[in-house]
Amino acid sequence: MKFTVSGKLFSTTACLMFALSAPALSFAGDTIKFGIAGPHSGDLASYGLPSAAAAKLVIDKFNANGGIKGKKIEILQEDDVCKPEIATNTATKLVSSGVEVVLGHICSGATIAAMPIYKDANILVMSPSATSDELTYSGKYPNFFRTIAPNAAQSPAMIDFAIDKLGLKKIAIIHDKGDYGKPLAEGAKLHVEKKGKGQVVLFEGITPGAMDYSAIVQKIKESGAEVVVFGGYHPEASKIVSIMKKKRLDTKFVSDDGVKDDTFIKVAGDDAEGVYAAGPQDNSANPLALKAKEEYKAAFNSDPGAFYENAYAATVVMLNAIEKAGGSTKLEDLKKVLQTEKVDTPVGAVSFDQKGDAIGVGFSMYVVEKGKYVVVK
Amino acid sequence: MGLLKELKKGVLISLWFVFLTFPVMVIKVDPIARTVVWRWANALYMAVGTFFIYFLVQFFLRKKENRKETNDSKEQTLSFIHRILQDRLQRNILIGVVAVVAVFFPQFLSAYQTNVMTTALMYVVLGLGLNIVVGLAGLLDLGFVAFYAVGAYTYALLNLHFGLGFWAVLPIGGLIAATFGILLGFPVLRLRGDYLAIVTLGFGEIIRLILENWGQFSKGPSGISNISRPGFFGIEFSLQSSIIYTYYLMVLLVLVTIFVVNRLQDSRLGRAWIALREDEIACQAMGIDKRKTKLVAFSLGAFWAGIMGVMFAAKTTFVNPASFTFLESAIILSIVVLGGMGSIVGVLFGALILILMPEYLRALSQYRMLAFGAILVCMMVFRPQGLISNIRRTYTFKKKTTSSLCR
Amino acid sequence: MDYFIELLFSGLTRGSIYALIALGYTMVYGIIGLINFAHGEIYMIGAFTAFIVATVLSIYGFPLIAIVIIAGIAAVVWSSSYGYTIEKIAYKPLRHAPRLSPLISAIGMSIFLQNYVLLAQTSDFLPFPRLIPDFPFMEPIAHIVGSTDLVILVTTVIVMVALTFIIKFTLIGKAMRATSQDRTMATLVGINVNRVISATFIIGSGLAAIGGLLIASHIGQINFYIGFLAGIKAFTAAVLGGIGSIPGAVLGSLILGLTESFATGYVSSDYEDVFAFSLLVLILIFKPSGLLGKATNQKV
Repeated sequence: MKFTVSGKLFSTTACLMFALSAPALSFAGDTIKFGIAGPHSGDLASYGLPSAAAAKLVIDKFNANGGIKGKKIEILQEDDVCKPEIATNTATKLVSSGVEVVLGHICSGATIAAMPIYKDANILVMSPSATSDELTYSGKYPNFFRTIAPNAAQSPAMIDFAIDKLGLKKIAIIHDKGDYGKPLAEGAKLHVEKKGKGQVVLFEGITPGAMDYSAIVQKIKESGAEVVVFGGYHPEASKIVSIMKKKRLDTKFVSDDGVKDDTFIKVAGDDAEGVYAAGPQDNSANPLALKAKEEYKAAFNSDPGAFYENAYAATVVMLNAIEKAGGSTKLEDLKKVLQTEKVDTPVGAVSFDQKGDAIGVGFSMYVVEKGKYVVVK
Repeated sequence: MGLLKELKKGVLISLWFVFLTFPVMVIKVDPIARTVVWRWANALYMAVGTFFIYFLVQFFLRKKENRKETNDSKEQTLSFIHRILQDRLQRNILIGVVAVVAVFFPQFLSAYQTNVMTTALMYVVLGLGLNIVVGLAGLLDLGFVAFYAVGAYTYALLNLHFGLGFWAVLPIGGLIAATFGILLGFPVLRLRGDYLAIVTLGFGEIIRLILENWGQFSKGPSGISNISRPGFFGIEFSLQSSIIYTYYLMVLLVLVTIFVVNRLQDSRLGRAWIALREDEIACQAMGIDKRKTKLVAFSLGAFWAGIMGVMFAAKTTFVNPASFTFLESAIILSIVVLGGMGSIVGVLFGALILILMPEYLRALSQYRMLAFGAILVCMMVFRPQGLISNIRRTYTFKKKTTSSLCR
Repeated sequence: MDYFIELLFSGLTRGSIYALIALGYTMVYGIIGLINFAHGEIYMIGAFTAFIVATVLSIYGFPLIAIVIIAGIAAVVWSSSYGYTIEKIAYKPLRHAPRLSPLISAIGMSIFLQNYVLLAQTSDFLPFPRLIPDFPFMEPIAHIVGSTDLVILVTTVIVMVALTFIIKFTLIGKAMRATSQDRTMATLVGINVNRVISATFIIGSGLAAIGGLLIASHIGQINFYIGFLAGIKAFTAAVLGGIGSIPGAVLGSLILGLTESFATGYVSSDYEDVFAFSLLVLILIFKPSGLLGKATNQKV
């Protein structure tokens, strides 16, 4: 055992304790332990629960067909409330109870915090929603995969749209200082500079939850920007949009995935009309996506929420990989399958590149028209 | 005779609560679909629930009063734990039991439980640190988390840029946090009570905002990941053993902290703090240097927070500014006050209860924070002096002199 | 110059928003010396009550003016009731407890109320109905001062004047001042201190409800968490102006609002809160009891 090295240095009792405390990790169990981690309570629960539901639906189907190679799949679900410091606890709990693959985490910050723990245990992790570039581009986490496009793809999508499609040059980039919005905004700024066509006239962070954004809206106006590119979530976006309307400012508003949420339209109401947002590519024509949606409706009698399709796809892909690897859950075996095989999922036919990003999953631009997000052709 | 009256009062109170909670509990509107749901059942639950809670509370209050009336002697008012601590034999037994539990904790419980316990122990040290500032010196500090953040980022940055290890940074983190404590202490020396509270709160926010906005320095909101775990003479641990190692490390740190704080409390400095807390002017009149005493309190409190910050960064291997919000300060303060200000055993209990409770209440997931808030209020209402209040060193005259002068 | 005026009014609006909440803070502090951390939550509950009542009425087809009046009254009534009840449950038993105990009780109450609304209603953001229409006569300057901004500014002034009047000239106001100066002495001259404290909580909470209604219709959205940040900022403003002083709370709020607005406009909104808190520290260093607070000499 590894601990014997330190045994010389510790007192004998300590050594005994260490040896005793290594739990017997059960690899040869009669079930495949499938971990689900994400926010399942708290104010961000609406981002995590649909994913957990998706995994359950898919796994129930597999189990109904006799599982994988005769083994049933067992779900272990843990809450991380999207907080990094809790996510490490969550991950430890999952690892120590012997999970073999993990769907999650949902928030980027929590995922980054939890990844080293999974990495040490050599466990495959697939997130339906964590978009931070660091997760795949840094190369630090060879066991990480995701079924959503990274931020690095989202910022250029927003900027290209604003400059090429809308034909606007003067860009104000605003972000919410958060771990999601700020890197997006920085990526956007970088892309404008690289592109050389547009010009960033304003780059600022706002305080999320503040009661009034009229000062920053006045500043946007003063900067003479033709378009506002916003990195952040929908509560701030809807406040800014409605203050812009109040101040009679008709600058175009282009935003991200965090705003491409129906709650944004509900809250901003009429002010939301004409707002552009990048979102996971449009799958409404994909029959598998429709079928997944039907399943959810049948089970819960409501429309699925955020990242449902991505989570559905991730579960399908992971279970398929385990099946193709002959029931093995070893990281190397699974990786080989993931990187070579294309699987049809609700987000399209998916395989993965060396970094862990899904090939063929990208962004589409949407616009609010008559209270609905529609794809910009 | 009183029963009917009591019943009537109970009914009236439950009706009041039904009225109070009516809009939020009963009506649920959907502004988009433009539908209204009237949840009358909730009003009924509310009425019945309040009625029973009212009588439960009355019952406890009665009991408390009865106890007060029957035995007013000093022996009885001492809490159970104090009685144990006063007796040498019992105290040794208690310490022995705690020690055995602490040593064998990781053996019988999973890594997850050990991890949670490590977190709780970290809050013990944080609580003891804040106890110096708030409990002993009586300076209300609402921005304690700032020093915690300073410590955590000291380690994160030194580890990132210079590859310094945990043991090298542990004292550095503490010292830098202590320096920040003095930096904060200087301008606020003149402030009293609640003005001090808001300035410290502001200080805590400023530190967090700088970490959030000054991206080149701190990597901004994305935080710093892949911080090394604590090492042991160059030995690399696996995750499992690292968790256990961290746990024992934390136990050791708690012991050191308790020892130091205990010695401080009884020292000349500790007495000066208590004098300062009780009466600033009288304290100055006794020839105590107010400036120095306050600054030392701030810096020593900050020192422990800094050390814990280093520990935090090493344990989670990831820091970002979102971990250091005002709520964190509020929780540390709650530990001190709930445990009993100025009492070391109290802080120990306070931290274990406040940190372990939400973790184990997780089964109740949704109602967890609701219960947490309610328990804080109830605790304060029923035991405002804290769970285990500090016993003042007292000296009683055996002679029958009236002591009205010494009041 | 236009830009300056625009920022000035942004700052004034923000300052008035803070003031509406800070007034309740400062009143409670003035009477019993307690930082009522749950005040932000009372503001949130006021806004939520207004939201629920207004939405129900609009679904049943009431005219706008009736909705505004009824929702306003409902918000004030319920917020005051909450304020009154919270004082009775969480603060009154602690009147002779150590100084920090009521503070922890207040923090606990604040966490409890947030989660109570979260569980009984929802965690989602909800659209707050637009209760203040665009006035036609404001249209030429709408890009500087909107209609809601105007209503908020005017309300703040009215509320401040009314409060000053109540405290200076009415019987209850006199009783409040007496209680805040010396509680024991007030009892001796026949003032029912418990009733005065209840009245303070009721008035303070009612103000928070008016604030909640106006602010929520200004920003157009609401959720269970809005009280927290609002509470902290309003508290900062109250201390800046000298906690316990009514004109001080308004002055402090306006200074805070203007600082944030100009910091955003001329420097960067990244650091608007840093500016706000640094200003607070600076002012308190030179005037340790706030701008309009009375420096009390401690008697031995």
